[in-house]
Amino acid sequence: MGDGRRIRVLISKIGLDGHDVGAKVLVQWLRDKGMEVIYTGLRQTVDQVVAAALQEAVDVVGVSILSGSHLPIANRLLKRMAESGIKDTLLLFGGTIPREDAEALKAAGIDGVFPSHSNLEEISDFIRQNLKR
Amino acid sequence: MAKKEKAGVREVTSVLGTPVKIHYGPEDLKEFDYGKDLGQPGEYPFTRGIYPTMYRSSLWTMRQYSGQATSESTNERFKFLMNHGQTGLSLAFDLPTQVGLDSDDPLAEDDVGKLGVAVDTLADFERIFDGIPLNQVSTSFTINAPAPIILAMYILVGEKQKVDRKDLRGTIQNDILKEYIARGTWIFPPKPSIKLVGDCVEFCIREVPHFNAISVSGTHIREYGANAVQCIAIPISIAQVYIEEVMKRGFGIDDIAPLLSFHLPVGGRDFNFFEDIAKLRAGRRLWAKIMKERYDTQDQRSMQFRFSTGGMGGGLTADQPLNNIARATAYALAAIFSGTRSMNLACFDEVYAIPSDLAIRTSLRIQQILAHETGVSDVVDPLGGSYYLESLTNEMETKMIEILETIDRKKGIVHEIENGEIQRELAQQSYLLQKKINSGERISVGVNRFSVKEEERDVEIYRVDPETRDRQLERLRQVKEERDSARVVQSLKSLELAARTEENIIPHLFEPLKAQATLGEIISTLKKVYGQYKEPKTV
Repeated sequence: MGDGRRIRVLISKIGLDGHDVGAKVLVQWLRDKGMEVIYTGLRQTVDQVVAAALQEAVDVVGVSILSGSHLPIANRLLKRMAESGIKDTLLLFGGTIPREDAEALKAAGIDGVFPSHSNLEEISDFIRQNLKR
Repeated sequence: MAKKEKAGVREVTSVLGTPVKIHYGPEDLKEFDYGKDLGQPGEYPFTRGIYPTMYRSSLWTMRQYSGQATSESTNERFKFLMNHGQTGLSLAFDLPTQVGLDSDDPLAEDDVGKLGVAVDTLADFERIFDGIPLNQVSTSFTINAPAPIILAMYILVGEKQKVDRKDLRGTIQNDILKEYIARGTWIFPPKPSIKLVGDCVEFCIREVPHFNAISVSGTHIREYGANAVQCIAIPISIAQVYIEEVMKRGFGIDDIAPLLSFHLPVGGRDFNFFEDIAKLRAGRRLWAKIMKERYDTQDQRSMQFRFSTGGMGGGLTADQPLNNIARATAYALAAIFSGTRSMNLACFDEVYAIPSDLAIRTSLRIQQILAHETGVSDVVDPLGGSYYLESLTNEMETKMIEILETIDRKKGIVHEIENGEIQRELAQQSYLLQKKINSGERISVGVNRFSVKEEERDVEIYRVDPETRDRQLERLRQVKEERDSARVVQSLKSLELAARTEENIIPHLFEPLKAQATLGEIISTLKKVYGQYKEPKTV
C-alpha cells in the first residue's frame, strides 16, 4: 500500500441467507478503520458479486454466509473470479463456519476465514497485512 | 455490565444506560401499589403471569426448533422428539421455501434442505406429518412471507387425516414486518405483505380458531442490535399494525388479540438476567394496558400477553462451545422466572451449524432438569416484589412507552421500515455492542477472557446429506410430470384474479395446492400482482 489510496472493500451476502448483522457490523468497523466499504445487500449471486468487484475495482471481497453453504459458494466464486481475470483481490469468508471447513476454504484459495464472533481488529489487521496490490 | 473499579466497588450501568445501585429498597418503590402494578397472577395487569396457577397447572411447552433436510428426516426427528417427551413440534423451513423459491430454481442451488426442510408441494408436507395425528400435536411454523400457503397446506394435511380444521392447534410465525428489519426472508413489499398477514388472521378467526395466527417476534430484532426494551416495544408496535389491518375488515379487538402471540428473546450478546425477566414482565403489563385503554377491551384473553421465549444463539460462542450449555441454562432460568409459556432454547453447537441430535437433546434436558429437579417451577412469579426487579420492571415499561411514542411520531413502524430508519438504528447499536465485546469492555468468557490457546476438540456437527438436493429435485420432477398441468394453470389463473381483488386469498390456495402447484409457482403468481421488495440502504 504505497500509493496512499484508501483500501476498497466489497462486503456481500451470497445466496438466500438473510442474516446480515455480522456483515453490517464489519462494514461499519472497516469504515471506521478508514477503508471504503460497499455493502451489496442480501441475496446476491456469485456473478453479481464478481461483476461488482470488477466494476468497483475493490482490493478486498468479503462474503458473509450463515447458511452452511460456504464451500460450494466459495468454489464457484473462485472459479468465476479466475475466469474474470481477478487476481489481486483478497478474498475473505465469514459466518457460521465450522473449524474444519475453515481449513478447507483456505485450501481452496480463500485468503482468510473469520467465523462468527471473530475479533474485528484481527480482520482489519489481516486485510492491511495481506493486501495483494 | 461491569465497568471500572472504584474504591473496591464495581460501577455497573444497565443495558439502558442507567446506573445500577448496589442494593435496592423501599425507597425505590415509593409509589408501589400491589393491586395496580402487579395484581394477582392471572389478573389485570398480568404483570405476574397471564394465568393464576402457571406452572403448577402445566409446565411451559418445551419446544426445540427443529428442521431437517427432507420431509422424511423431519418426520423422523418429530417422532424422535415426541418419544423424548417434547410436547410441541416446531418446523423450520429451508431458505428457498422461506423466500418462495422451488428447489429447482437456480437461485436455490446452494440452499436446498440446508437450514430446514424443503417444501415444494403438498406432497412434501404430507410426508412431514405422516403418522402424526394433527389433532394430538401443536405445531409451530417458522414461516413468514409464504405463511398463507403453509397454513393452507396444514389444513389440507388435516383434511386428509380426517381432522377438522377447528381442531388444529399451533402457531404460525406470519410476522413479515420483522423480516424487513432482521432475518431478511421478505418477498413482497410491506403493504401487500401486511394484507397477506391479515388474510391468515382473518381465515383463522373464521375457520381455525385454535391456531395462533401470528407470532410477533422480537428475537431476530434483538439479534440485530435491538436493546432489551426495543425488542419488546417494536414487536408491540408491529402487532398493532396487524391488529389494525384485521380491524378494518370489520372484526373487533376481541376477535383478533386472542389469536396473537409473541416470540421474545431471552439471552443474547448483552444478556442480563434480571433485565430479561423485568422486560418480559413489563411487556405483559404494558400490553394489558394498551389493550384496555387504547382498544377498550374488557376481554381478559385480549389483554393476556402470550409469549414464548427463544434462548438466543447470538450470545453463544464458538470458543469453548460446551460453555454454551451453562449460558443456555441461565437463559432458561430467566425465561422461567419471566413466566414464559413455551421455550425454545439455543443449542451449544449452533454457532457452527444447525444443531446435532445431542445438542438438541441437551437443550431439552436443561429445561427438564430445571422443571423437575430444582423447584423453580413451584411458585408463580417467585421474584415478584423484589425491590430491584420491580423498579427495573417499572423502568423498562417507561422506556417502552417512550419508544412507542417515538414510533408514532415518526409516522409509524411501517414508514420507518420502508425508509430503512429502524434498520440503520439497529445496525449502529449492534456495531457499538460488538465493539464493546471486541475491546473487552463487555466480558465474554472464553473469548476475550479466560480463553485457551490450545486447539479445542471440535463438537460433532450435524451435516446435511449432500444427496438431499438431488433427492428433492427428483421428487419435484416426478410431481411435475405426474400432475395435471392444465389444472395447475387454471388454478393459478384463478388465484391471480383473486389476488387482484381485496378478497382473502387463502380459500383460493387450496385448489392450486391440491393440483400440486409448487410453492414457487404460487409465489410467482402473487409476485405478478404484488411486486417485489427492494431493500433500502441501511449501512
